[in-house]
Amino acid sequence: MKTKFTKFAAAAMAVVMAFALAACGGGSNGGGSSEGGDNVLKLGGVGPITGPAALYGQAVEKGAKLAVEEINAANPDGVQLSFDMQDDEHDAEKAINAYNKLVDDGMQVLVGTVTSTPCTAVATEADANRTFALTPSASAPDVTEGHDNVFQLCFSDPNQGVASAQYVLGNFADAKVGVIYNNSDNYSSGIFSKFKAEYKNAIEETTFTSDSATDFTAQLSTLKNAGVDLVFLPIYYTEASIILDQAKKMDYAPKFFGCDGMDGILDLEGFDTSLAEGLMLLTPYTPYSEDAKSKAFTEAYQAAYNETPIQFAADAYDCVYAIYEAFGKTGLETSASMEEICEALIGVFTGDFTVSGVTAESMKWNANGEVEKTPKVCEIQDGKYVEK
Amino acid sequence: MADRILKSISTRGLKNAVRGSEYKKEALISYGILIAGYLVLQMGAMMGLIGRNLQGQFIPICVYISLAISLNLVVGISGELSLGHAGFMAVGAFTGAIVTRVLENGMTFAPARLLIALIISGAMAALAGFIIGLPILGLRGDYLAIVTLAFGEIIRNIMNVLYFGLDENGHLKFAFNHEIEGIENSGRILTGPIGATGVSKIATFTYAALLTAFTLFVVLNIKNSKQGRAIMAIRDNRIAGESIGLNVKKYKLMAFVVSASLAGMAGCMFGQNFSTLAPVKFNFNTSVLILVFVVLGGIGNIWGGMIAAALLTILPEALRQFSDYRMLAYSIVLIVVMIATYNPTIKSRVNALWTKVNPFKAKDKEGDKDRKRKKSGKEAA
Amino acid sequence: MNLLNSLISGLSLGSVYAIIALGYTMVYGISKMLNFAHGDVIMVGGYMSFIMTMYVGMNGWLALLIAMAVCTLLGITIERLAYRPLRGTGSLAVLITAIGVSYFLQNTALLIWGANPRVFPSLLKGSEPIRLAGGKLIISQESILTIVAIVVIMVALTLFVNKTKAGKAMRAVSEDNGAAQLMGINVNQSISLTFAIGSGLAAVAGVLMCSAYPVLMPTTGAMPGIKAFTAAVFGGIGSIPGAMIGGLILGIIEIFAKSYISTELSDAIVFACLILVLLVRPTGLLGKKVSEKV
Repeated sequence: MKTKFTKFAAAAMAVVMAFALAACGGGSNGGGSSEGGDNVLKLGGVGPITGPAALYGQAVEKGAKLAVEEINAANPDGVQLSFDMQDDEHDAEKAINAYNKLVDDGMQVLVGTVTSTPCTAVATEADANRTFALTPSASAPDVTEGHDNVFQLCFSDPNQGVASAQYVLGNFADAKVGVIYNNSDNYSSGIFSKFKAEYKNAIEETTFTSDSATDFTAQLSTLKNAGVDLVFLPIYYTEASIILDQAKKMDYAPKFFGCDGMDGILDLEGFDTSLAEGLMLLTPYTPYSEDAKSKAFTEAYQAAYNETPIQFAADAYDCVYAIYEAFGKTGLETSASMEEICEALIGVFTGDFTVSGVTAESMKWNANGEVEKTPKVCEIQDGKYVEK
Repeated sequence: MADRILKSISTRGLKNAVRGSEYKKEALISYGILIAGYLVLQMGAMMGLIGRNLQGQFIPICVYISLAISLNLVVGISGELSLGHAGFMAVGAFTGAIVTRVLENGMTFAPARLLIALIISGAMAALAGFIIGLPILGLRGDYLAIVTLAFGEIIRNIMNVLYFGLDENGHLKFAFNHEIEGIENSGRILTGPIGATGVSKIATFTYAALLTAFTLFVVLNIKNSKQGRAIMAIRDNRIAGESIGLNVKKYKLMAFVVSASLAGMAGCMFGQNFSTLAPVKFNFNTSVLILVFVVLGGIGNIWGGMIAAALLTILPEALRQFSDYRMLAYSIVLIVVMIATYNPTIKSRVNALWTKVNPFKAKDKEGDKDRKRKKSGKEAA
Repeated sequence: MNLLNSLISGLSLGSVYAIIALGYTMVYGISKMLNFAHGDVIMVGGYMSFIMTMYVGMNGWLALLIAMAVCTLLGITIERLAYRPLRGTGSLAVLITAIGVSYFLQNTALLIWGANPRVFPSLLKGSEPIRLAGGKLIISQESILTIVAIVVIMVALTLFVNKTKAGKAMRAVSEDNGAAQLMGINVNQSISLTFAIGSGLAAVAGVLMCSAYPVLMPTTGAMPGIKAFTAAVFGGIGSIPGAMIGGLILGIIEIFAKSYISTELSDAIVFACLILVLLVRPTGLLGKKVSEKV
């Protein structure tokens, strides 16, 4: 009985697989958004479209697609772009599978990957295989370290940690500083370790992990009892919104100071923005900027997707424009191979290439692949960002 | 004599005694699948028929097959539910990452480094299996399951606060809950939640396939040994097993530790396939995934688990063209296949169909009669 | 005073775990299956309530009722389509199917409601916390509501199971499925009823959880689900008072571990406590013999 029934199991699975694989051969990749002629530069993206980090991958996908559509519409006779986003579920193993799939499909330049740990894994593959990669949002130093072909468009984590520490030292010299950071997250712990090294004074440290990110009352009471009056939050806005809510319920009102992950908190659906009053954050982009480019992007994004863009979308949007402009400078045809494009783009990016985008004016890259741009410090007042 | 009693307690053991060829058949099919799979994929890759996407999955497939085989030792053969297999995998993966890095300076021959790493990883995972198995194996069914789940989560939590690094003299340094002072970036091995970085990636398809063969060899031999029959006898009837003097705890612990050790080795091989390895990879979902292989392949059926592991690893990749609907499609396939394989009505219909087209009809009918006789006897009792 | 504050936080978190654990324990008691999709039913309950209040503009309590109705239907449907075909085939096959259902619910939610997190409007929106001892002891009204809710639900369920005909039938089925059938009890109906109650409670749990910890995402139910499962085992799976006690103790251990030992290792400590309890009492705190099963 048993063996027969497993035989059936195998047979059933085989049928399912055959179906899936057959469909695989027949279907075309649905991610491309350009059907132009032969003059197409194929971009690929890797990021979490499903799973707990889906928010970031989907924002990148939307931002990049918007830029691709704009570029293709603006210059129908010139170089056209196509963009295919593959899901990595925020997992290094799946990210490599996604990258390999893109290479199989003839990708020429990689926009990504979105999150740090998968990006570190893909960077090694892309290095060995010579793919040029510009990540919109993987900010850990491991992403670019030792890889000449991987560049970041966001500021690196150490960069943000140092900048935050300097700002706090300069503007809140007397404050007793505490921190709540996500110990199981690359981004959060990366920023904090540099903040700590730069800040040098005593810090009241509390942490959480992604698995226990529901209740922060324990951390908040620790900070409250220690008399902390400035809480550094190098975390994403999802958790920060709970922290602000619970702090208020505890009658605890210190100064909260966040990094670029905090951007987006005002547009959380259902969020009581009065909770974020006085919150300070370090950010390259805000949807409320009066800058013409930012404004145009925000409006186009809202029109296309009916939601307010978060920083990840803006970074991805800039990534596509940066690659497009840099490709123009290489003088290569779109028929060039992935390897040729890689070497040429490395030359452009490490040269005196600058590009202005939504997230910064005239961004420049150093040989390590890190972008040089200055973070802005904003404070939330009356539900609006005010630059400091 | 004792062996024969064992055989008679275990209904499946009895079946083995009656139809002695069962073991040989299982071994033949299992090794056959492995060797055929290896040759086809290797040749396909050499001739350029297989894309990067599938090639990149060769080593993970081997690792998942090994994990499915080793978990089958606990779930199928020993009859205990374990939800923490990824924990042992994590122990092996991180031990492997540390060992290969420490050996990097003195030992340039990569296979030797891998071999030593595999042995130490296996030993560490076995130790973990022993520590956790010793107190808990007295627990009943689902309670054992929750403890293994708890154990897997504890391991992952601890990995999140572990820091290892090499200082400039090549000495291994270790810290708990904070970064190690005075370690260059290049000397970092484990960095808490970021996990292992800069792994040298010395795993190859051939090594991974050899590890799978080794796992298969160990598990099949245990299954067919005196100890294995004792384990199965305990699974089928614990009281009868005890009554003839079997040390229930000893045999269960043995199966658990061997399974943990094999999972550790598979974890080590897995880790050596990626340049970076975060603790979050080894969460509850991974443990469950391995269990899905075992259940879908038919609990206790070694080669069924192998096929299920390979197919379910490829399936999410094959579903990529559904883009946003990919994981939804995966979950539906999982539910439908589970119902189709285990639902009694569908099962019996398919079995009837299978008997009709089965080329080994005559032989099987005899077996059927034999089984039916036994079954009715059992029910009467 | 700190100790008291921690205790209240712990009770509040524990009550949420307890309500979720009740669903696990009831379903386990009657069908001996670990319903890993339970956590995701909570998430669906949260989203339903969110939509009803934010988009339809309903009162929070009315929205809760609708969420309960939807989740009850969902629970019955899941049982009918995914679990019933596998009844009697051993717990492992159903366990894996439950995990498939869990992935299904998460990914459907992702497709329907998107990946952007929502901030859940609390049932007691705008309520002021209660300040005692000169503002040193602060209790949010959500905490009180959650704690009261679990006590009420536990009492009501215990009465239902012991006093009503349907409840007695459920107990009979959980004792001996076959014998119950011979006595003329409709087993299918009893099991459906259990799933209905468990899933309805999941909606309550979802709304209360999101009121206290207001972020709602497609993966919101996953981790609380696993912890509540731990709580159910802790208290002795199959036992209704056990689930409540297990949940409360788990919540208190978690908050105390975070406050006084280590925030990184709080989960490890919770799970280590579970292992210790099971070593001393292999069937949980209120194991089978002490209490009746559903």
